[in-house]
Amino acid sequence: MQPLEMSAVDLVAALRQGDITAVESATVFLDRIEATNGSINAFLAVDREGALARAADIDARRKAGKPVGPLAGLPVALKDVLCTSDMPTTCASKMLEGFRPPYDADVVARLRRADAVFLGKTNMDEFAMGGSNENSAFGPVRNPWDLSRTPGGSSGGSAACVAGDMAPVAIGSDTGGSIRQPAGLCGITGLKPTYGRVSRRGLIAFASSLDQIGPMARSAADCALIMETIAGHDPGDSTSLAVDVPRYTDLLDKPLAGVRIGRVPEHFAAGLDPEVAKGVEEAFAVLMAAGATVHDVQLPHAKYGIPTYYLVAPCEASSNLARYDGAHYGHRCKDPGQRTAGHTGGFESPLVEMYCRSRAEGFGPEVKRRIMLGTYALSAGYYEAYYAKALRVRRLIRQDYLDAFQTVDLIGGPVSATPAFKLGEKTDDPLAMYLVDLYTVGTNLAGVGGISFPCGFTKSGLPIGFQLQAPPLAEPLLLQAADRFQRLTDWHRRRPQAVGVVKT
Amino acid sequence: MSTTAPYTTIIGLEVHVQLMTRTKLFCGCSTKFGGAPNTQVCPTCLGLPGSLPVMNRRAFDLALRAALALECTIAPFTKWDRKNYFYPDLPKGYQISQFDLPFSSDGFLEVVDPKGAFEPCRVGIVRVHLEEDAGKSMHDEAAGTRDSRIDLNRAGTPLCEIVTQPDLRSPQDARAWLNELKLLLVYLGVSDCNMQEGSLRVDANVNLHIPQADGRVAKTPIVEIKNMNSFRSVERALTYEAARQWEDWQATKAEMGKTPKQTRGWDDPAGITRAQRHKEESSDYRYFPEPDLVPVTVSQQQIASLRGEMPEPPVSLRKTLAAKWNIPAYDADVLVNQGRDLVDYFEDLATRVGEGKVASNWMQQDVLRILNETNGTVSEFTVRPEGLADLIGRVKKGDFDTSRAREIFAEMVTSGRPVDTVVAGMGIAAVSDDDVIALCRELLAANPKIVADVKSGKEQAAAGLIGQAKKKNANVNPGKVRAVCIDLIRGME
Repeated sequence: MQPLEMSAVDLVAALRQGDITAVESATVFLDRIEATNGSINAFLAVDREGALARAADIDARRKAGKPVGPLAGLPVALKDVLCTSDMPTTCASKMLEGFRPPYDADVVARLRRADAVFLGKTNMDEFAMGGSNENSAFGPVRNPWDLSRTPGGSSGGSAACVAGDMAPVAIGSDTGGSIRQPAGLCGITGLKPTYGRVSRRGLIAFASSLDQIGPMARSAADCALIMETIAGHDPGDSTSLAVDVPRYTDLLDKPLAGVRIGRVPEHFAAGLDPEVAKGVEEAFAVLMAAGATVHDVQLPHAKYGIPTYYLVAPCEASSNLARYDGAHYGHRCKDPGQRTAGHTGGFESPLVEMYCRSRAEGFGPEVKRRIMLGTYALSAGYYEAYYAKALRVRRLIRQDYLDAFQTVDLIGGPVSATPAFKLGEKTDDPLAMYLVDLYTVGTNLAGVGGISFPCGFTKSGLPIGFQLQAPPLAEPLLLQAADRFQRLTDWHRRRPQAVGVVKT
Repeated sequence: MSTTAPYTTIIGLEVHVQLMTRTKLFCGCSTKFGGAPNTQVCPTCLGLPGSLPVMNRRAFDLALRAALALECTIAPFTKWDRKNYFYPDLPKGYQISQFDLPFSSDGFLEVVDPKGAFEPCRVGIVRVHLEEDAGKSMHDEAAGTRDSRIDLNRAGTPLCEIVTQPDLRSPQDARAWLNELKLLLVYLGVSDCNMQEGSLRVDANVNLHIPQADGRVAKTPIVEIKNMNSFRSVERALTYEAARQWEDWQATKAEMGKTPKQTRGWDDPAGITRAQRHKEESSDYRYFPEPDLVPVTVSQQQIASLRGEMPEPPVSLRKTLAAKWNIPAYDADVLVNQGRDLVDYFEDLATRVGEGKVASNWMQQDVLRILNETNGTVSEFTVRPEGLADLIGRVKKGDFDTSRAREIFAEMVTSGRPVDTVVAGMGIAAVSDDDVIALCRELLAANPKIVADVKSGKEQAAAGLIGQAKKKNANVNPGKVRAVCIDLIRGME
């Protein structure tokens, strides 16, 4: 089997057994990226030189009988929201074009210690704000299953590179569905862990109380493998949980007998694409055949998920993104002491002019929209009505989940209401775009974990995703259920034909 | 304050003190003052993308210590908030501070003058909270460019904000109270309160309450005064500002509430306050809970253990010293106000001398005088308590009189040598009792008039002998000469 087609678990084993070298493996993926990135635009930066040097070092150490890390030689793609000391980190924003952090994110450092080989940085919606990848300042990512369609977002580059065989594994981040939704639209498996399970240090913040890093791969088993490396307590992140990391890969192969899966009837109301509904119902049937039982559960406040999310996230974002002011790093406008031609506002000072113009030039429209939403909602006189109320509703939403998990072990359902939509289809309608997060924001608001994996295809050949959500820290059960599903189905093994398989 | 003033001055203070931690509030960078610009920084205090804060527990405990000493109520649950505003010395675009749930509130600090120069003054504390300091902006306008330079070494230094009730009634009280606050914080090891280095900063809110003929009290608009860099400046600025408001009132009759709170900067060389430019009508900092930090809980056990390890605050130390060493309240006050090092010196000395009042007198009349003259500190003082105790012991023994001992002491201070060496060097030798008696017999024989006067009851006449005695032997103790002469004269009868 060629490395391009291997699971991460198999590839790590092949590398360990010497069936393939790390340099060979890296080369195959780097060549694949070179051949296909032009049509998919999944990578913003590819580090061929660094990856090959690292791979050669791992091969040399292995050959010399020196110790190597658990992921030795495994190629990994990193979402460009993660700080890397040896590659630019832009968040797909002009604001950070060319920015190189002086440090590695905690997950990046963990992956390095495990001897993973970084292929490059993947495209995304600017500052992780968006559900279609069309908010990237460096062009949208295209869905490998249909190049005219979105891969979803914001981790669209990470999803598309795995779906397009450009990397066996990618790291994404999920604030309101940014791992699970693109995984669903690209036919791969993506895990959004419990808030605090993976350190956020070095993850460029969008909404700090919602952001969480997770693996995106072809299978639940591959996600489990990556989780063993990236999960764990980080004293440098105050919100990181000081809880031991289980051996996720050892906990996979267990029957689902007796596992109770909740089904939220409202998820199947108007607005859900019939083909998606059918795929999701069939997935429930597979899980039942595997021994699970399915029960209706209520999440009474789920209907407030989107409005709550679109207050909490922009409020935090408006503050998190204040640091991009042109003063210390990132984009700074030219000649702030000069009034620009056509400038109609008052000229306060060169400093204020620099702030205004640097930010006006550096940020894209969606980022500006969310900064304005958040700034407005936090303003004196509006705080109570918006932000404070959103926090109260958020607590109710979390309580709904905790209540539901008294009677079921998991909650299943669709990831997105529709399969991948056409690029450009929703760009003029921000509200329609916000609704793509309908089924995913609750997980983040509640701080629990969720996994998305393929459960079928539409007649036109687009992947359909299935989502499972679990109580806090029940990642082993999420991975176990998804893995069991993948042992019984082959949806996750299907490869897109759109970009073809490049012969290496 | 003057009882004749036609108004009452109402003053409240906002004091920021940097805590004496080795590292910053939310990262491990050094807080040392005076480093080369931007050398004590890391991704967190630079506000780099992806960086996160982690609370420095030591800073929190020091702030708790201050709040406990200020008799504040400690909140069992406290959280952090972001105060959002743009400024180049604030690299994150927000300051991590505490808004609606400060860790402590509702305390007081009293200052009492043992000489009664002013009324005891108890000032309520609204709240004490913890926040991070900003960096420093250096505006280089003199260089003819518009460039400003930013030093972020200070960014993230732990800062304790203490907000008082408007309980102060005069600029003098404000200064005295600030002195007491500073003394307390230094005793507690909370801050070095060095105003030159910016580790203590004061803003003052002031207005006037003016009784009206109809019984109503008119209140002038509150002015916030900034940019005062010594307690003396605070006193001067408040004095100036009260007078300015009085004049303004007479001219405009403008009352509080009709205009927004004004901020005025103190111009120390000019001795006036100047209106500062209004940035906005009112700043909207868009406070919200800091999602990168977890709330802090404080248990009764933690409070008890902190209390247990707290150094004795000045207010109780004054009483302790007065009682333990049997010295007047005034003495205890003077000693305590000089700081813990001096108190330790005194207690060491008093223990060796075995008599508090004698030790206290030496401290006040000699040690403190020399420290003031040389602008020195007691920890660097050349004469240690054992040396001074030695000297005092010799005086008590009658080896020299006090004025002679002062000369010796001065020489000990400059030379750093012990009593015996100094005494030998100065040619001073103790005079034996036999020698004193022999000298006195000689004097009495030469001065029959004085002998007659003393015999007739005029003992003060013996003083005439002392000058002569000193001429004959500079080392004799005048008190001893006098006593021996009187004894001898009485023995003649």
